[in-house]
Amino acid sequence: MTTVPALNLDSRQWMLRRMLEIRIAEEQIQGLFMQNLIRGTTHLCIGQEACSVGIAHALQPGDTVTCTYRGHGHALALGMTMQKLIAEMMGKASGACKGKGGSMHLTDASIGLLGENAIVGAGLPIAVGAALSAQVKGESRIAVAIFGEGATNIGTFHEALNMAAIWKLPVLFICENNLYGEYSPMENTTPVAHIAERATAYNIPGVVEDGQDAEAVYDAVKEAADRARYGEGPTLLELKTYRYRGHSRTDTAPYRRPGELDEWLKRDPIDVLARKMIADGQLDETELEELKQGTERLVFDAIEWAKAEPFPPIESLFEDIYA
Amino acid sequence: MPQMTYREAVCKALADEMRTDEQVIFFGEDVAVAGGVFKVTPGLYEEFGSNRVRDTPISEQAIVGAALGAAITGLRPVAELMFADFVFVCMDQIVNQVAKYRYMSGGQFTVPLTIRAAQGAGAGFGTQHSQCVESFLMGCPGLKLVVPSTPADMYGLLRGAIREDNPVFVLEHKLLYNMTGDVPDDTGPMKLGEAHVVREGNDVTIVSTQLMVHRSLEAATELEKEGISVEVIDLRSLAPLDKDTILDSVAKTNRLVIVEEAPHSAGWGGDIVSLVADEGIYWLDAPIKRVNMGQALVAYSPPLEDTVVPNVGRIAEAVRNVAQR
Repeated sequence: MTTVPALNLDSRQWMLRRMLEIRIAEEQIQGLFMQNLIRGTTHLCIGQEACSVGIAHALQPGDTVTCTYRGHGHALALGMTMQKLIAEMMGKASGACKGKGGSMHLTDASIGLLGENAIVGAGLPIAVGAALSAQVKGESRIAVAIFGEGATNIGTFHEALNMAAIWKLPVLFICENNLYGEYSPMENTTPVAHIAERATAYNIPGVVEDGQDAEAVYDAVKEAADRARYGEGPTLLELKTYRYRGHSRTDTAPYRRPGELDEWLKRDPIDVLARKMIADGQLDETELEELKQGTERLVFDAIEWAKAEPFPPIESLFEDIYA
Repeated sequence: MPQMTYREAVCKALADEMRTDEQVIFFGEDVAVAGGVFKVTPGLYEEFGSNRVRDTPISEQAIVGAALGAAITGLRPVAELMFADFVFVCMDQIVNQVAKYRYMSGGQFTVPLTIRAAQGAGAGFGTQHSQCVESFLMGCPGLKLVVPSTPADMYGLLRGAIREDNPVFVLEHKLLYNMTGDVPDDTGPMKLGEAHVVREGNDVTIVSTQLMVHRSLEAATELEKEGISVEVIDLRSLAPLDKDTILDSVAKTNRLVIVEEAPHSAGWGGDIVSLVADEGIYWLDAPIKRVNMGQALVAYSPPLEDTVVPNVGRIAEAVRNVAQR
């Protein structure tokens, strides 16, 4: 982890705003879940927002992303509207997937989001395919697979990295290492300290980066994306991060080590960027507070709008099974 | 009429579609330089090059997943899984991803993807390389499934599958690769979902697929000498299923025998029974009989393998049984 070059003001403001949107939306999602307005399960990325915005900011139009069920942040960072996201989670017809996907299947082809995936590791080969089509067609777009460290223990991780490496495909494998695979700490399931070490098995670069610093994430992703775009093949990028909440809705994470959460809260991704901006005279506390309040209004408005939206018609159950 | 083998029909269909549409690519294990372990795809690599025809590592999950990813980003991939038994190695990608990708996204993607694999017993490959896998795939709405039994159907259905904007499994039967047949020059891509009445008859209907169609035809010839007139239907496509052709035939013959190269439980034959029970039960003059592998597995030893797969004698016996009632 080297010194991170500062991004320009526009970029910083964009990343800060998007991180606040993700944070506030997810806090509300938890509440909507408790009210039974969102069903099933949800997996929050609170604490990991710098990963989402750093990745999204480094991508270009046409690039594609597959991610996991902990993907609300990626969807918002890539540009899914708050309305589409909330409506989808409520199962409404105006949701991103017409209510057929829900929290774990957010998809928006118009912004390159090929889909969250509810099966651990399943998005990696799909990203390989998106990169394959770019290579076959001679297009400069890249594909990104985002996954947790738990996914690096499943077979698709190996198959996808191996295939991408031999074909030098324009794909980034980005591991958000939040230290826990479901309820299990990484050291109980994984025999390496850094996921990036696994890159050596595929003869591709393995990079470790601070996942709490949006600018550092941007920088690392940009560098790997450039390599991929120039035909130099895939990179395995590990972002060290932490989820403040449990694995899913009912998990209070009693398995955490004492004091661990407090340590990570000191490096909260929103604070990290806001502090830098304040230090550089680009933001003051009042502006930050206004920004938070404005974002809350955006989220609350989207929730009220989505509540009033209709559910999909029953006939739609049989639509879109086949083209 | 040009004659070609079932094997050659696969290769010609692939080549013709690749010449027609540059979005069509083809990959799988040993399919490019070596031309396939069943020598089905020689020459494609030489004609279309390493960008569009690729050898993959032994990575079935990545093969299917990459084909899906390519299909939703502008290509029309054909992936080969070699032995159909290998579908079980990548069942997540097939069932949870390929079959559901369009649906989960609310119709944002089409999935123009063809997966080819060779199935069937009778070649001494043993238990893990001899299964027919259709029934495992039929529980997945979102997939289409074709099972050609002749060179002409193989050619037309594979071309039709490649042009589909939906994921299609094309299952090839290993024992048919050497079968020769006419493939008329004007054969184009065939529509999926149309059964073929291969032999007309009045007394008993046999519904079958692939190798079992040929054995049923042999049984029909034998039974004709006994005065039993058998109609043989080759389904050609299991999803979608041509219900009308089945029901029309049962309405005529009033008797039904279903011949499957698969275990009995949850076999596709059960769906045909259900269809006729639902929509044609008053036409029936006899119980429906299913001829299949029971709950046995394919064994290596020749007499065991020969016994487990329905043969002409077992098919004829089932037909006699229902014809006498």
